Amino acid sequence: MICGLTADEAIHDRLLKEVEPVKKDRDHDQQVLPKYKVSIRNLDGWFGTKQVLKNINLDIKPNVATAIIGPSGCGKTTLIRCLNRMHEMTPGATAKGHVVIDDINIYDKAVDPVIIKRRVGMVFQKPNPFPTMSVYDNAAAGLKLNGIKDKRLINDIVEESLKGAALWDEVKNELDKPGMGLSGGQQQRLCIARALAMQPEVLLMDEPTSALDPIASSKIEDLVHELKKDLTIITVTHNMTQAARVSDYTAFMYLGELIEYGPTNQIFKNPQKELTERYISGKFG
Amino acid sequence: MRKNTTGPDSVDNKQKIHDIMSRYSHRRKIVDKMVSIFSIACVLAAIIPLGSILLEVIKNGASAISIQLLTQQPGAIGATLEDSGGIAPAIQGTLIVVGLASAIGVPIGILAGIYLSEFAPGNGLLPSAVRLFNDVLTGLPSVVIGIVGYITIVLAIGSFSVLAGAFSLSIIMIPIVVRITEETLKIVPNSIREAGYSLGISRWKITLFVVLKSAKSGVLTGIVLAISRIAGETAPLIMTILGTSLFFTSFDKPIDALPLRIWRLASQPYDTAHSQGWGAALLLIIIVLMASVVLRLLVQRKGFRVKALQV
Repeated sequence: MICGLTADEAIHDRLLKEVEPVKKDRDHDQQVLPKYKVSIRNLDGWFGTKQVLKNINLDIKPNVATAIIGPSGCGKTTLIRCLNRMHEMTPGATAKGHVVIDDINIYDKAVDPVIIKRRVGMVFQKPNPFPTMSVYDNAAAGLKLNGIKDKRLINDIVEESLKGAALWDEVKNELDKPGMGLSGGQQQRLCIARALAMQPEVLLMDEPTSALDPIASSKIEDLVHELKKDLTIITVTHNMTQAARVSDYTAFMYLGELIEYGPTNQIFKNPQKELTERYISGKFG
Repeated sequence: MRKNTTGPDSVDNKQKIHDIMSRYSHRRKIVDKMVSIFSIACVLAAIIPLGSILLEVIKNGASAISIQLLTQQPGAIGATLEDSGGIAPAIQGTLIVVGLASAIGVPIGILAGIYLSEFAPGNGLLPSAVRLFNDVLTGLPSVVIGIVGYITIVLAIGSFSVLAGAFSLSIIMIPIVVRITEETLKIVPNSIREAGYSLGISRWKITLFVVLKSAKSGVLTGIVLAISRIAGETAPLIMTILGTSLFFTSFDKPIDALPLRIWRLASQPYDTAHSQGWGAALLLIIIVLMASVVLRLLVQRKGFRVKALQV
């Protein structure tokens, strides 16, 4: 998770001191909430005693794709894992703060983290279809294992999800083949279909193309464009050109802090912070 | 990376490294060959005793197996072949006692293995204690477990019994199943569990329907291993089921079993008895083999073989 940074630490320290804290003066009362799908307030995250997220504040509009970029170990994966309360599943990992999705604070004590995971889909770095299940069963797993028994409903949703993940045409004749038998890119789209079957409104993607070849990656990127018509997508990526291609908004993180957040165009063409500019132009990271 | 590859020293060094490498390359081929010959020799050393035992059992036992042996109760000691009866109660007894022991031992073993792998908090006190006692239990001589069965159940019921035998055998079985279940579940990649969590599936469902299912091959191996082990146990059975010439009547009464019958037949001074003993031994091997095949077929009947763990 936390990789060592190879770049010159002294320069980084100096730069970090120049970074202003993220503005907290933005009004986030009730009238603002409907405008945003996801609002993160004062979010801190730890692995044991090591703080990996430092006071993150971020508002994400509905039906946009947001890319989170930053060097290894900057906390971007931890950040999205906090948005469906997956972070705390790792032994020793904790998080504190407010994450409001629609108008529910998912870190409220009364909220069941299992319910949150049903509403917020997640796609992982490495394709991870369920190994013993067929293509069909993989897409249906979320429904079946959550107690939905209506066969026709499951059939409909499986087809809809596989179509949504642009996989249907490739697998419609071999739905009973093992999910692991598909190619890497197909497996990843199967994982997206599996997440879509739960009818999420927010989809988190953790470097979804880092294990795929360029052609498979570009299919996933096209998919992001399609999916954001119905979904709010937050994707972590190492690949800056990918961030520029797929996202409407980009957040740049460094050493656990959110350095800059804004429309992707602005972040890439006219970054406000020196640190962002240095990272975008490949001077470190 | 390489630096100063053009200096005069580097040419010398290159030559030196090259010389050493080519010398080693010659040696490497010899060592390679020796290691492979040695491993083949070791395989043979392991296979020869096994093969010779199997051959001996087949040679002596195959001719003894007959309808009479399979269907009749033991006859009088020292009788002629026609009157010597068979080992049917022993076959029935082994199936009942091993079946009952598995019915007790397999669920407990699998659930304990699941606890250790999936639910136990890291290196907490309870899981550490469970692992320690489990290891001790694996190494316990089976005769001691027979004595435990005698003291706890035989004395309580007041009779040698099927129950006492199944209880003792299940105690031998549990640690094997626990260990293998735990180890196999630990190999299942965590990304599979996370995929389940991310769909909002409850933990016990992920454990049973995703993790355990992915690991079923390995868990099955553990069960087959444990069944083979207890099917051949003799010492604990002497102290629990005692052995009899009669068929099964009730769970609180003595019963016969193949290892016991083999031991009894072998200790008689008659050729007929010895021949029947060989037959019983061959039968025991066949039953264990069949149990393993049938279990594999049952579990892998549906769907496809698990290739997943090799990703």
